[in-house]
Amino acid sequence: MKWETVIGLETHIELSTASKVFCSCGTKFGGEPNSNVCPVCLGHPGVLPSLNRQAVEFTVTAGLALGCEIARVSYMDRKHYFYPDMTKAFQTSQFHAPLCIGGSVTLSSGRTIRLNHIHLEEDAGKLIHDRGRTLIDYNRAGVPLMELVGEPDLRSAAEASEYLELLQSIVRNAGVSDCRMQEGSMRCDVNVSVRPEGSETLGTRTEVKNLNSFASVRQAIEFEVSRQIEVLESGGRVIQETRGFNAASGETASMRDKENSDDYRYFREPDIITVRLTDADVERLRSALPETPQARAKRYVAESGLTESDAALLSKYRKVAEFYDVAAKVNAKLAASFILTKLFAEVSTEVAREEWNLKFDAAAFSELVALTDSGTLSRDAAKRVLSAMLETGRSPQSIVERDGIGGAVNVDALCTAAIADNPAAVRDYLAGKEKALQSLIGAVMKASKGQAPIEEVKSALLRAIDAH
Amino acid sequence: MARIANIQRMLTSGECTCRELTLRYLAAIDSANADLAAYISVTRETALATADAVDAKLRRGERLAPLEGVPFSLKDNISTRGLETSCASNMLAGYKPAYDAFTWELLKARNAVLLGKANMDEFAMGSTCETSRIGGAKNPHNIGYVSGGSSGGSASSVAANLAAYSLGSDTGGSVRQPAAFCGLLGLKPTYGAVSRRGLIAFASSLDQIGILAEDSDDARAVFQVIAKPDALDMTSRTLPNLAPELNRTIGVASEFFTGVSPDVEQAVRNAIDTFERLGYEIVPVEFPLLRYVLPTYYILACAEASSNLGRYDGIRYGFASDMYDDIDDGISRVRSEGFGAEVKRRIMLGTYVLSSGYFDAYYKKAQDLRHAIKRQIEDNVFGRCGMLLTPTVPTNALKIGANLSPVEIYGTDICTVTANIAELPAVSVPCGNDSAGLPIGVQLIGSAFSDAALLDAAADFERATDREFVANLDMGVRV
Repeated sequence: MKWETVIGLETHIELSTASKVFCSCGTKFGGEPNSNVCPVCLGHPGVLPSLNRQAVEFTVTAGLALGCEIARVSYMDRKHYFYPDMTKAFQTSQFHAPLCIGGSVTLSSGRTIRLNHIHLEEDAGKLIHDRGRTLIDYNRAGVPLMELVGEPDLRSAAEASEYLELLQSIVRNAGVSDCRMQEGSMRCDVNVSVRPEGSETLGTRTEVKNLNSFASVRQAIEFEVSRQIEVLESGGRVIQETRGFNAASGETASMRDKENSDDYRYFREPDIITVRLTDADVERLRSALPETPQARAKRYVAESGLTESDAALLSKYRKVAEFYDVAAKVNAKLAASFILTKLFAEVSTEVAREEWNLKFDAAAFSELVALTDSGTLSRDAAKRVLSAMLETGRSPQSIVERDGIGGAVNVDALCTAAIADNPAAVRDYLAGKEKALQSLIGAVMKASKGQAPIEEVKSALLRAIDAH
Repeated sequence: MARIANIQRMLTSGECTCRELTLRYLAAIDSANADLAAYISVTRETALATADAVDAKLRRGERLAPLEGVPFSLKDNISTRGLETSCASNMLAGYKPAYDAFTWELLKARNAVLLGKANMDEFAMGSTCETSRIGGAKNPHNIGYVSGGSSGGSASSVAANLAAYSLGSDTGGSVRQPAAFCGLLGLKPTYGAVSRRGLIAFASSLDQIGILAEDSDDARAVFQVIAKPDALDMTSRTLPNLAPELNRTIGVASEFFTGVSPDVEQAVRNAIDTFERLGYEIVPVEFPLLRYVLPTYYILACAEASSNLGRYDGIRYGFASDMYDDIDDGISRVRSEGFGAEVKRRIMLGTYVLSSGYFDAYYKKAQDLRHAIKRQIEDNVFGRCGMLLTPTVPTNALKIGANLSPVEIYGTDICTVTANIAELPAVSVPCGNDSAGLPIGVQLIGSAFSDAALLDAAADFERATDREFVANLDMGVRV
């Protein structure tokens, strides 16, 4: 029998707000355990939550970037369970009235993967099991988290992986999260089932929780699919359950029975007032939304004639794209080439490219592109100037003029000098001897150690002779 | 009358220093508290340090701020940084909060002299104060009777002159009922008028910090200080008008008089006559949904309590257990041993009404009823009247150890819970005595944010009756 795989993903993404969702503690990753806590995120008796407006707006921004409907009225609910990672024995979340409804992403195959909704909630603390003891770090408790609940529209591990990458790039681009799976700011639960090809009904699903890398997601799905097919083909029955994933072995194992699962006893959080958004609020956030990476890549191909792969690379990181956009106004192909060859070689990790913390800004980069575009700098010279900029953060003009770093040349100055030093050649040229110009060009090229762009030298010499 | 004004006059005139006055209160507590159990802990050092600061200020010739230098008590569920706040529960015995409740911050900033934490029913669940881990606070009018609950210690401390006033909390009548039993004025403000930050939650949508005082003048002085907006309590609301005009039309609904003891009925009828003599217009109104207020209240309150009290697991603070097999076993041991019977009863009720399969039948219905009750009060009462007058408690004062069943006990809240369900302000004023000589209260429920107008009506009533019903007790510090 041929089997069809059905996958739905629940993706948790921590929002990069300055403070936690209900208190003023910071949200920075790392730090000494329990150094970033207060009575509110520790759930001490009598504390009250104060909903972070930025967390609401970030969730809405992500929703808008994913094409969701934005609820004008929503509220928070309490989701109850006893586990030491949750200081109040309930997680403040959204169950009845989430902020964002619907939405979708489109895979490269053209298939649309629907979202059910996106809701806002708080992250939990972290349990560390150590030599028979369990230690708890609440630094992460109360960091705002959005959960993107996908419909079971995915059909393979490869699709699931592409879907996650799309979510990651769209949410990052929207500027609301760094989406780092390795740091836990993006995590994923997968729901997997199989059914006979052509069947309309869903098979019994299993849920694999807390996957924190693309590889784990793919492995967990592949393992579950073959495990479930094996169970069914040997006449067995898939049990609806939560399974854990062991990254070392690449296998999943039963954790607990979903049929006897926790009853979360959801009810509306009475300490947090209704979240109301006006049309104007939503429009403000919509208009602040940056272009999506996909739209941007298309534009780069159409407007500047970049190759699709170059366009995709440049548009992947929002800060890189914004940096490129400024210089592309001068010369798109030069700007793209400098970024993709020179700068990406220096800024090589994903994280560094996302952060794009250079010592110089887009305006300085544009200036360099302009100097190259005008022929003042050769491409090789430009790359040497760029190296100096990366190192010192100084402007290309100052590097060229004052330091001459990288063999940069001032063509006009060299031409003026050559004319002054060779009055005979000038006279010969003015008398009609074309070859005399070649000896002047030769003198300039010699003085610039071969770095001056020859066409530029020629026209500069002609201008200088006219003015002479 | 007007203890707060008297104390501030004594301090300003130099009749006594704040330290002397505070020492007199502390001595009175030392001698009376063994019998009354009004205080669960006494904050002697804090009180004296504050008193010295007040005396220094007076020596510099500075004027006193409102409530400055006036000794008071705080219910044991209002958080005081570094000072035990146990909710009268073994679960929190020895627990010292890391932060101050907003109301305590406001009072501390004015050098109000905190004498100690007042006894209460465990986690404010009870109507007699008897669920406290140290046993109930007694009624100073007759120590064979309960002080009421849950703010029993607050009422006992003020009635016995062991505090000038007290802050309690009122989720279903916990300020007004003990005020009625102990012959005091009890104010439950409009929901949101006073910040709940630092009040250890019982039922968040119903809880409100309230005031127990000798009379309306004192209650007004305290209310003006604590009714401040708090940016960190999202349900805190600014009073639209600090001195709303008093609408002198009083609605009386017959439903509130069924099942009321003859003593209470007589005293409350007399109060109605008094208001009529004062020129108030008495209008009959109907409130047929009254028969649903208790089930509505107990479903909502228990549901929220089961959620709010989930955090007591012994892991981070409070009662802990060393002997357990695994984390689930540890948490259930802590909760089985740390909570008393009434708290566990309500947690179980609340867990039940929220569980899947029962949610719609109980919690959702109760929410729907809450909206209907609010609407009916709005339409039937405040469409025509400024206030609704009812008995505060349908029964005479309760004897200690009467061992009523939970349902009988819950029934005594019938008149008070409506104000919590509808988020309205309500005040209880002494209006008579029962056959055993214990005080009876009459309740006025106002429209939202008419708190000050309710105190105006209470003041009219006090002037007309001269508080003749309340025996002057020869104990504590008379000021």
